[in-house]
Amino acid sequence: MLERQERERFEECVLPHLDAAFNLARWILRDKSNAEDAAQEALLRAYRFFGNYRAGDPRAWLLQIVRNCCYTSLRKNRPGEDLEELDESSIPSAGPTPEAFVMAIHDRERVTRALESLPAHFREIVVLRELEGCSYKEIAEITSLPIGTVMSGLARARQHLKVALSEPHQKEARRAV
Amino acid sequence: MPCELSGIEVQAYFDGELDAVAAANFERHLQSCPACAAALASENALRQTLAASQLYQRAPATLRQKVRSQIPASFPAPAPKLQMWRWVALAAGLLLAVLLGREIFGFLRGQSEATSLSAAALDAHLRSLQPGHLTDVLSTDQHTVKPWFDGKIDFAPSVRDFANDGFPLLGGRLDVIAGRTAAVLVYGRRKHVVNVFVLKSQANAASIDSGERQGYHWISWQQDGFNYIAVSDAAAPDLQELRALFLRE
Repeated sequence: MLERQERERFEECVLPHLDAAFNLARWILRDKSNAEDAAQEALLRAYRFFGNYRAGDPRAWLLQIVRNCCYTSLRKNRPGEDLEELDESSIPSAGPTPEAFVMAIHDRERVTRALESLPAHFREIVVLRELEGCSYKEIAEITSLPIGTVMSGLARARQHLKVALSEPHQKEARRAV
Repeated sequence: MPCELSGIEVQAYFDGELDAVAAANFERHLQSCPACAAALASENALRQTLAASQLYQRAPATLRQKVRSQIPASFPAPAPKLQMWRWVALAAGLLLAVLLGREIFGFLRGQSEATSLSAAALDAHLRSLQPGHLTDVLSTDQHTVKPWFDGKIDFAPSVRDFANDGFPLLGGRLDVIAGRTAAVLVYGRRKHVVNVFVLKSQANAASIDSGERQGYHWISWQQDGFNYIAVSDAAAPDLQELRALFLRE
C-alpha cells in the first residue's frame, strides 16, 4: 500500500506515459481493444510495483511492463505469433530505392499494413525508435535485448519496411495469419 | 559500389547514436561515398514516410478514465482522517463502556468492522474488473456455480440466478476480504457488473448499511447467518432491488 506522497509521485511520473503505453500495446497487439486491456493492466501492475521502482526513466520502466503484458496476451490469444521471425529470403540484396517506397507517403493505410506485417519483435523496435523516439539504449532497456541486437533488428526491420512499402501486394500477403 | 560502412554505421549516424568524433569522421567519409549517401537518403525517406502517416496512437479517453478511476480507488481512504475517526470511535467507545457497560463498546466496534469490510469489498470489486479476474467459475447456471464452492470454503452460500428479474448470474469466484474468505457471486445488471460477497456472519455486524465511493455503490446486509455485501457501479436502487431478491426467498 502506498503513501499519499508515493501516489502523487506515481501520478506525476508514470501516468503521463499512458499514451506511450497504449501506442506500444496497439502496435504489438495490432488491435485497439486488446491494447486498451493490456495498457490498463500494465498501469495497474506498475502502480502495484511502484514501490520497487526507485530511479531511472519512468517511461522505459512502464513500457517494459506494457511489453510484458502484451506478450502475455499474444501468447494466450495467438500462440506462436510472439516467436515469429523475419522472412529474409524475400529481401533483394540491393534493396529498393527511396523513389520506390516514398510513394506511400500519403497512404496511411498502406504504411500501417506494412508496419503490421513485421513480426512483433521487429515491429516494437521500429515503434519505439520511430514513433516513441527512444534511443538504442532505451530500446535495449525496454526489450531486455543487447544494444547490438537492437541495432541489427532495427536495420532488418527498416529494410523489410522499405520492401513492403515498395511492393505492397507481395509483401502484405505475407502478413502473419 | 557497395561500402562496408553503409549498414550499421549509416544507421547509427542517422539515429544520432555516434559520438561527436565518429560522426565527424563519418561525415567526411560520406562526401566521397555514394553508397553511404544513398543508404542515408533511403533511411531518411523511410522516416519521412512513417512520420507523414501519423501512426502514433494516443490513449482513448475511455482508457484514461478507466485507469484514473481504478488507480486512486486502490488507495485507502485518506489516512489521517481514518486514524482520527478510529481514535474518536475508540475513545467514545471506552467512555461509553465506562458509563454504560461493555455492550455499547461492542456495538461500536461492530460498526467499524462493518465499514472496513465494505471498504475491502469495494477494493476487491475493483480488482475483479481487471482482465481475467472476474470469475473462477463461469456459468449462468446456479446448479453449476453452487457445487463449485463445495470443498473450497467451509460454508455453502445460496446461489440463485435472477435473470428473470434483470440480474443474470454470470459466475462465481473465491476472494479474501479483510482477511476473511468470501464466496463471490457475480451478476450482470444491464452493462454493469455486480459482485455479491458472501461471508460467514460475525457478531455485532451492522444489520444493513450502504454507501458510495468514487462512483461505486455498496450495500451490506445480514441474512441466514451470512454477511452479504453487493458492490457495483450500477445505481444504488439497483442494489436495493438485488437485495430484495435475495431476501425474497
